[in-house]
Amino acid sequence: MTVPQILYVSAFLLILIGLYSLLTQRNMIRMIIGLNIADLGVNLFLVTIGFVDNGSAPIFRAQAAAGPMVDPVPQALVLTSIVIGFGVTALALTLVMRLFVTHGSIDTARIRGLKW
Amino acid sequence: MRKLIGILLIGGFAFYLITVGMGLFSAESRSELDSVGSEILATSPDLSGAANTVTAVVVQYRGFDTLGEVTVLFASALGVSMLAMAIRDGLLQDLFDDDGGFVLQAGSLALLPFIVLVGIYIVLHGHLSPGGGFPGGVIIATAVFVVILTSKTLSIPRGLINVLETLAGLGFLAIGFVGLYSPAQSFLANILPKGEFGSLLSAGFIPVIYAIVAIKVASELINIISKLTAAGSASREAAE
Repeated sequence: MTVPQILYVSAFLLILIGLYSLLTQRNMIRMIIGLNIADLGVNLFLVTIGFVDNGSAPIFRAQAAAGPMVDPVPQALVLTSIVIGFGVTALALTLVMRLFVTHGSIDTARIRGLKW
Repeated sequence: MRKLIGILLIGGFAFYLITVGMGLFSAESRSELDSVGSEILATSPDLSGAANTVTAVVVQYRGFDTLGEVTVLFASALGVSMLAMAIRDGLLQDLFDDDGGFVLQAGSLALLPFIVLVGIYIVLHGHLSPGGGFPGGVIIATAVFVVILTSKTLSIPRGLINVLETLAGLGFLAIGFVGLYSPAQSFLANILPKGEFGSLLSAGFIPVIYAIVAIKVASELINIISKLTAAGSASREAAE
């Protein structure tokens, strides 16, 4: 297997693991952790798309490195994705805090109206 | 039952990913970029003057998106503030019953200037090396976070931080409008000289924008952290 193939498989596995824990966990903190794992998988997938063989980081230096540079556009997108992921996580954690205050639990099975 | 439904749903999604990803997976490993990437790599040094092409994409090519990104972060900080304001119920109380003790408090205060220095270095070299406004701002906020973790008596100048955050947001917009009324006549156009390629004072307005972004990100993160921890310390005071 080549490097991108290994990374694609890892990215898909991370996305699936994250979504699985999002669906099956009852503890809300664990659900947020699952969301973050899926987020990580998506970021890994995006960076892998920009990979080229023997590519170096897209930074111009005085001593030019031999070989091609990797695509800078997905890396810039991932920067945005990481920041948005942070915002989502902070807001989700605050919502869980509010839920704990109002319902006394972060277990979805114990909160009326959230069970499925 | 819950697990079974989860496995079935994930299995279906995995099948979808496999069918979509088969093309990516079976393709020969690439040795050259597609048109957008190679075009940006070819034009970026002349257009932006930044040695780090990722920074050039974030600030120069997609500057408007970065403004939107900062706005999303601001909306998130606003939501955290509004939601945490209503928490007064002894929720994180145990966390704040102990302060860190003398060694940790003195150590965190001694670490503070160095962490801030590393953050400023990363911000100022964003157009030359990996880094920039977002990671640098997070590192600066981390310095304050370490102090908050060890001492419960620390009072954060909320007003000053809010003023900094507002000024940074307005500064970003102001640079955009300056570009609009410059000869280039486009929002967020570069009007500063590009300088010598690869030196610290180069790349036009990219370091300026990244400094503004760093101030905004750092103040927003300090705001979020202090709001979340204040929910615990305020309840502690109420309980006493």
